[in-house]
Amino acid sequence: MSTLTEEIKKKESLNGADRPSANALEHEAIYILREVAAQFEKPVLLFSGGKDSITLVRLAQKAFWPAKIPFPLMHIDTGHNFPETIEFRDKLVKELGVELIVRNVQDSIDEGKVVEETGKYASRNMLQTTTLLDAIEEFKFDACIGGARRDEEKARAKERIFSVRDDFGQWDEKNQRPELFDMLNGEIEIGQNVRVFPISNWTELDVWSYIQKENIEIPSIYFAHKRNTFLRDGLIWSAEDDVVFRADDEPVEERMVRFRTVGDMSCTAAVESYADTIDKVVAEIRDSRISERGARIDDKRSEAAMEKRKQQGYF
Amino acid sequence: MEVLKIATAGSVDDGKSTLIGRLLYDTKSMTDDKLEAIERTSKQKGYDYLDFSLATDGLVAEREQGITIDVAHIYFSTATKSYIIADTPGHVEYTRNMVTGASTSQASIILIDARKGVIEQTHRHFFINNLLRVKDVIVAINKMDLVDFSEQTYNSIKTDFEELMKKRDYQDQNITFIPVSALKGDNVVNRSQNTPWYKGQTLLEHLEELDQRDVYNTGTPRFPVQYVIRPKTEDYHDFRGFAGKVYGGELNVGDEIVVLPSMTRSRIKAIYFYNKQYKTAPRRSSVTITLEDEVNVSRGDMLVRAGDLPTVDKQLTATVSWMDSDSLAPGGKYVLQHGVNKVLAKVDAIEHKIHPDYSGIEENVSSLQMNDIAKVRLRLNKPIFYDRFKDHRTNGSFILIDSKTNNTAGVGFIE
Ligand SMILES: Nc1nc2c(ncn2[C@@H]2O[C@H](COP(=O)(O)OP(=O)(O)OP(=O)(O)O)[C@@H](O)[C@H]2O)c(=O)[nH]1
Ligand SMILES: [Mg+2]
Repeated sequence: MSTLTEEIKKKESLNGADRPSANALEHEAIYILREVAAQFEKPVLLFSGGKDSITLVRLAQKAFWPAKIPFPLMHIDTGHNFPETIEFRDKLVKELGVELIVRNVQDSIDEGKVVEETGKYASRNMLQTTTLLDAIEEFKFDACIGGARRDEEKARAKERIFSVRDDFGQWDEKNQRPELFDMLNGEIEIGQNVRVFPISNWTELDVWSYIQKENIEIPSIYFAHKRNTFLRDGLIWSAEDDVVFRADDEPVEERMVRFRTVGDMSCTAAVESYADTIDKVVAEIRDSRISERGARIDDKRSEAAMEKRKQQGYF
Repeated sequence: MEVLKIATAGSVDDGKSTLIGRLLYDTKSMTDDKLEAIERTSKQKGYDYLDFSLATDGLVAEREQGITIDVAHIYFSTATKSYIIADTPGHVEYTRNMVTGASTSQASIILIDARKGVIEQTHRHFFINNLLRVKDVIVAINKMDLVDFSEQTYNSIKTDFEELMKKRDYQDQNITFIPVSALKGDNVVNRSQNTPWYKGQTLLEHLEELDQRDVYNTGTPRFPVQYVIRPKTEDYHDFRGFAGKVYGGELNVGDEIVVLPSMTRSRIKAIYFYNKQYKTAPRRSSVTITLEDEVNVSRGDMLVRAGDLPTVDKQLTATVSWMDSDSLAPGGKYVLQHGVNKVLAKVDAIEHKIHPDYSGIEENVSSLQMNDIAKVRLRLNKPIFYDRFKDHRTNGSFILIDSKTNNTAGVGFIE
């Protein structure tokens, strides 16, 4: 009979120096990233500065170590970012020594390719698509790696790991390529490109637990902080920048909040929280009764909002 | 944490999507906002119960027609495991999507509508799960609430299914029967008061107890090289690492290996995962391996243990499940992707078509249409290094890609 300490020792040696991490999702993501590097000529990693894309970057570091990440990062900048995420982005890129490409939604607006939305719910989230498609064409990217997860939204739950987009960036949801076993088919025509989702099978909690375990640095707005905010439709909006439209009858109040996603400021609401460390954030997510996208107004526009955006080429 | 991938199967309206919704609901994995959305829509549609299929049928067309068209992946976890469930379509027309869902799963749930019993689609889905050698299959006899939770109905369906089991090729498949009501929640997560005659486990109890042994077959280690890592930096000037995923078994530092196709011998010098070295690369780990000797290795090559060689051949026979709207015919040429390796393949002959409802085979067929399953002989322009599918799920399977459309047109299981 083995004693408890022997049992623990045995476990430690398995997870320690003898064998690498037993996180199946991590091994799967690394496999996918290596397939991208091998199957495509010009891949790019779409980097938003959010926790999912930061996680992707760490996975890419792991996949190719001791070599550098063999593709550039690209940020489609809506101009409505939280300032913290931009600072964070620039620091990370410098540390990694990889190329960063930035393309601005503002330029697409200035060139008259898209028209800025107006009104109470104005957002640049939809406009991103045009800037993204133009950038793909400009650089002739054949694969765009993104941090979308299937647990985020039910149209996402339908998406393949290698998701083929036609010349117009469109997703043909009823005619997706079957993906069998581990085999990923990246064959495409000129003009087509593939959106790749290495963390498809991760949940929000998986991402946070990974950030915790790997000790990955993330922008400060993910942690609880005091912020001037106002309430609308039961959601908490930042009142500190003039990106989100605020009506006169929507009073400003200071609250302890954090953000669960850091997309475009104009459609990302905060949640009330006292979780100011990664351990507290993980605990909070574990107990949360609201999904991550519950705080995204763009999904609330209609039940099919995500599917429609994806058909048009949205990430 | 351990991840268990499960696929569902069963005919249209047998309740697959509802069952998954029920699992989410009873394990409290459904967040309030998602639940509210389901309540709202169910009410709008005038239902007097919650339609849980709304949780998984994510496409507009699916909600309009009330059927599942493509696979959705649903996630939930308990204290012991993380689960990924593939909600697959039941419609015959979408059989290919069902094959897709089952190929990445370690366990499978086949639903049967208790009012209808074992039907043709049950045969087909059982056949596919058996063909794919899914090791653990749960037969959930659903809608028990509509047959007054009758033990007799349950037993007669079970007997019919056991008849079917006699015809299966892969006999080691573990099969468990559970009477459930996905809609009302009986024996899904919680034990039912309505089935006192049933002494077995609930669906979730069964899943919770499955361990690695129950869902993975043991095989020999295969290491297809995905990518060669050459940093060309000062610190790692001479580093040449072979990146890939280990399948079938584990590899250890010091193992004597053979590189295919060159047949060069060497030894494993180091196993890296990120910036650390390990003694062992367990199955399904994505590692980087360096060798003792300077050998020429590139993507598509394979490292195997000396003494455990796979078959190296330019000809093979396989059971092919066809998934494309363009038909397959003798003489047809395809790109064959075996793991990460690609070669050209020509169809030599279709030996016979297999009726997946166990009604036998059909000889002298001239072509295969979408959703057909057949034994096919292929000739390749270069040898591949394969095992029989029954010995090695990963190294015994391939896909066929139509080079005109680039579509994944079929999947093959090597004899
Ligand atoms: N009474 C009763 N009805 C059920 C049960 N399970 C499912 N249903 C109903 O059967 C219908 C079909 O259920 P779905 O879950 O959509 O069936 P499905 O197997 O996912 O169908 P496809 O995806 O199209 O193949 C719905 O109206 C469900 O409410 C059950 O246990 N009892
Ligand atoms: Mg369904």
